[in-house]
Amino acid sequence: MRRLRSAALGVWEFVVGDDWRTALGACAALALTASIAAAGVAAWWVMPVAVPCLLGLSLRRFGRRR
Amino acid sequence: MTLSGPGLGLAISVFLACAVEAVEALTIVLAVGATRSWSSALSGVGAAACALGALVAILGPALTTLPIEAFRLTVGVVLLVFGLQWLRKAILRGVGLERLHDEDEIFRRETAAARAAAPARAGFDGYSFTIAFKGVLLEGLEVVFIVLTFGAGQHRVGLAAVAALAAVAVVLALGAAARAPLARAPENAMKFAVGVMLSSFGMFWGAEGAGASWPGGDAALLAIVPGLALCSIAIVRVMRRVMRNVPAPMPAAESVKPSFAVGERS
Repeated sequence: MRRLRSAALGVWEFVVGDDWRTALGACAALALTASIAAAGVAAWWVMPVAVPCLLGLSLRRFGRRR
Repeated sequence: MTLSGPGLGLAISVFLACAVEAVEALTIVLAVGATRSWSSALSGVGAAACALGALVAILGPALTTLPIEAFRLTVGVVLLVFGLQWLRKAILRGVGLERLHDEDEIFRRETAAARAAAPARAGFDGYSFTIAFKGVLLEGLEVVFIVLTFGAGQHRVGLAAVAALAAVAVVLALGAAARAPLARAPENAMKFAVGVMLSSFGMFWGAEGAGASWPGGDAALLAIVPGLALCSIAIVRVMRRVMRNVPAPMPAAESVKPSFAVGERS
């Protein structure tokens, strides 16, 4: 069980790193894309808007920590 | 084999990502090989390469059997999150908020550690084998991850693997010619480019997997990739301007000079 937990933590650290908020934001943006697309409206624009915002916010958080 | 736009993007991204990791692994192998035992260090490299190759050979075909539409959302999320990590680190290094990767310094550190370890016996040297094995395996895992996700996203794991092997061959040839760490390689510029490509493809596939249709289909990537690159460069410029107005020193940074231009040291 401990090995499984450390393996899961390793994968999390490898993919997500130290900024889980950005990962959560990316998932939220994709969920928004899916819900808009499901309503039959063009949804391609969500990610090009969301990703630079997520990146900027992540860098801002890092800058404030310093 | 015809190379479409996304295929070319895949090949370039994997080539650059693999080249960056290969430069870092080369430094470690050179340090233990030159200090202790070339044969044991190269055995470690071979063993790690076999392990990485086995991972791609086992997981690659399995991933390509999955239905691409259902798989793209997962691949898109993972690539986007992973790519944003690379891009963020490259930007932070570029503006001087994080230390740049200094291959010369790493080489000196690894060489000192190799000299300080128990002396090598005649024949097999466990220290050289282990350090080389771990170095190549850890650097290579990121490449395997990119090869598998990127390759599987287009059902072209073979192309991704060829691009990765080509990068290793180029780095090995340059390393053999220089007989020294490739400290002048523009590592941060390459990481920046890989971060942009991974995030762009992640964004593209993620949105497609979520049910959105891109205007122009695959051609939308021709706008997404440069668009994200320009946004990232704009963020770098804004951060540099803000940092110029902040008087606090940054002792952890080696340089505040951006290192995105090709040929500049990173």
